[in-house]
Amino acid sequence: MTRVTVGYSTCGIAAGAEETYKALEARLATLAEPAELLRTGCVGMCYQEPLVEIGTDDGVRYLYGHVSPDKVARLVDEHVTGKTPVADWLVWTSSGQGTDAAYLARQHRIVLRNCGNIDPEAIDEYIATGGYQALRKVLDAKDPEAVINLVVDSGLRGRGGAGFLTGMKWRFTRMAPGAEKFIICNADEGDPGAFMDRSVLESDPHAVLEGMIIAGFAIGADHGYIYVRAEYPKAIERLTIAIGQAAERGFLGDRILGSPHSFHVKLKEGAGAFVCGEETALMMSIEGKRGMPRVRPPFPATKGLWEKPTSINNVETFANVPWIVLNGAKAFNTLGTANSKGTKVFAMAGKVRHGGLVEVPMGITIREIVYGICGGIRDDRQFKAVQMGGPSGGCIPAELQDTVIDYESINKTGAIMGSGGLVVMDDTTCMVDVARFFLEFTQRESCGKCTFCRIGTKRMLEVLTRITEGEGRDGDIELLEELAARTKNSSLCGLGQTAPNPVLTTLKYFRSEYEAHITNRKCPAHNCQKLLTYTITDDCSGCMLCLKACPAGAITGERKKRHVIDQSKCTVCGECYKVCNLGAIAKD
Amino acid sequence: MHEHRAYNFKNMHFVGEEGQLIPLLQQAQAEDGYLRRERLQEIHQVSGIPLAHIYGVATFYAQFRLKPVGKYLLRVCHGTACHVSGAVELSQAVEKHLGIPNGETTPDRMFSIETVSCLGCCSLAPVLMINNATFGNLSPSAAVKVVKKYQKGERS
Ligand SMILES: Cc1cc2nc3c(=O)[nH]c(=O)nc-3n(C[C@H](O)[C@H](O)[C@H](O)COP(=O)(O)O)c2cc1C
Ligand code: FES
Repeated sequence: MTRVTVGYSTCGIAAGAEETYKALEARLATLAEPAELLRTGCVGMCYQEPLVEIGTDDGVRYLYGHVSPDKVARLVDEHVTGKTPVADWLVWTSSGQGTDAAYLARQHRIVLRNCGNIDPEAIDEYIATGGYQALRKVLDAKDPEAVINLVVDSGLRGRGGAGFLTGMKWRFTRMAPGAEKFIICNADEGDPGAFMDRSVLESDPHAVLEGMIIAGFAIGADHGYIYVRAEYPKAIERLTIAIGQAAERGFLGDRILGSPHSFHVKLKEGAGAFVCGEETALMMSIEGKRGMPRVRPPFPATKGLWEKPTSINNVETFANVPWIVLNGAKAFNTLGTANSKGTKVFAMAGKVRHGGLVEVPMGITIREIVYGICGGIRDDRQFKAVQMGGPSGGCIPAELQDTVIDYESINKTGAIMGSGGLVVMDDTTCMVDVARFFLEFTQRESCGKCTFCRIGTKRMLEVLTRITEGEGRDGDIELLEELAARTKNSSLCGLGQTAPNPVLTTLKYFRSEYEAHITNRKCPAHNCQKLLTYTITDDCSGCMLCLKACPAGAITGERKKRHVIDQSKCTVCGECYKVCNLGAIAKD
Repeated sequence: MHEHRAYNFKNMHFVGEEGQLIPLLQQAQAEDGYLRRERLQEIHQVSGIPLAHIYGVATFYAQFRLKPVGKYLLRVCHGTACHVSGAVELSQAVEKHLGIPNGETTPDRMFSIETVSCLGCCSLAPVLMINNATFGNLSPSAAVKVVKKYQKGERS
């Protein structure tokens, strides 16, 4: 039977998947020959949403992009009824065709293995792809130490940012004295510009659950928590369904699949605090307190949640585990570089042409991701930098785009691997403004415990703000450097220790932009509003559009005669620039 | 603000599980739209958690509000991807259209504006959320158009 699926995760729904689904439902209902209509998660081609896939009896899967409701009739009539794919709209086929085939062809999918392929609300679809086989395998072997050794051998490092060896963390927790232990899945994903974990939870929640249950078995923990940010209602909904289904089938609960091992999972919703992604703060938050980090050691492995040994891992880390159990350590550690094994999922956003989720083997270059997979820069503009690692990370300039993706190489640039947010910037992005943006974020999100994190970030933000407003002073760059060093050295948790990174990397690679703001009062990227002047050029035809659009009444002129902007009245809002059809407004 | 489930507010058991405070506050806010003083008092009485501690937690987390919000809560994403794709202009446009600054509610209590950092739809930046509906790839004027639909009652 023909199978029609609609990508139905937050990004798809935002792009109109719901309307497309309804249109498909109505159209398919009119057919004589029934077709199956299903909802799946996200394949990662977010730039093509809403996505519809059609699988017919020939065994090939056809993926269509930007399927708005008005395209549904033709799609159903020609492909479902007529059995002829609509070539104009095809973005990918499982036989390697389609305009965007390169996007998926160059990826290596372990974590995203099921994303977009199965209905995340149906446990049977997960099971049909080999789901919960890994759990059965470890329970049958009855050897928790072997599981830990396997994960150590695989070389899997935590995907939440710091990159600690997962197997070692499990070993420490297993060895820690104490009868009661906990597993925590960190699904707080606070890095603005990252959405890997959301997508995995929405598209394949059982993979994460299975990874957690296996971890529980390996460590000797009967209870697990998943801490999800409240901004992800769809992920929470799907996880709740998945937990219920897994319990019904005996994968969760007491004496799992007849073994002596038990495991229970509770879902905890975050309440909007970035610092709660930090492991000790997260545990405070689960305990119902203000989420403020504490000194480590003791590490969570010995004293974690409710003072009990706790192993905390990221969503993506867990999603790797069932695959490793089924395919072996070797299959995993032959991928990647000497110290970074396996794959990494990146959330591609910003000025890149094809934004979405990509999973690549470690060791690939930034250039291959941006140009080879994601189609380069939008509107063919100039590639300027990528921001990696969010507020803790930094900007890697285009000159270094041949840097390979592995923990150590990325650290060398001054950025960090981070959790996988990769925001691409072009020549219209002002790097001083980017640094200011991140400092505004960390300053706001600092819990206030450490002086330099609380006040140092505030002072840095003030300096950066005045630079972007054309009020920069001599010595500001040096002041930033000093504050950055002190904040790094005297903060207790990763938030403060890494908060200066966005400033330090932009100073390292884009110092001349800072100098242009301070010395010449100019923003080379033409982004900082206060440093711009708009003027009208000879191309003006006197159409009066800008004159009408100007909210400040700063533009004068007569019909068919060149207009002028009164600079003393201009508020630099840019409305004239946007409405002009002739490009007759110059921005400098 | 999705539907809440699971437990009955009044019959909560607090056997050593102080961890229930945040879920309780979330439930209270889901029901009332914000944290009413009386509700916090009630939580204190049921749980025995000191009121100062409850306020401490309620003011720490960005999700909790001590003031009522409008019927429609506009959350403008100011995450990294949205920031480099014009979130500032988008905010300016909706603030100007509704005549209120960020963080405020219109006098008729229909709309409130908040900024948030990342809604997880970064590839559709810039993004705006109205209650539970997400809108992506918005220009400032497209955002205003969306808001107008809510004002005319074409969407709810
Ligand atoms: C300020 C701050 C925010 C963090 N946010 C997250 C997060 O959102 N998700 C995450 O998995 N780890 C986050 N971490 C890292 C965690 O502290 C912890 O290292 C991680 O969850 C461990 O999992 P892993 O070993 O699987 O990477 C954050 C750390 C800091 C300092
Ligand atoms: S940055 Fe706006 S949705 Fe992520």
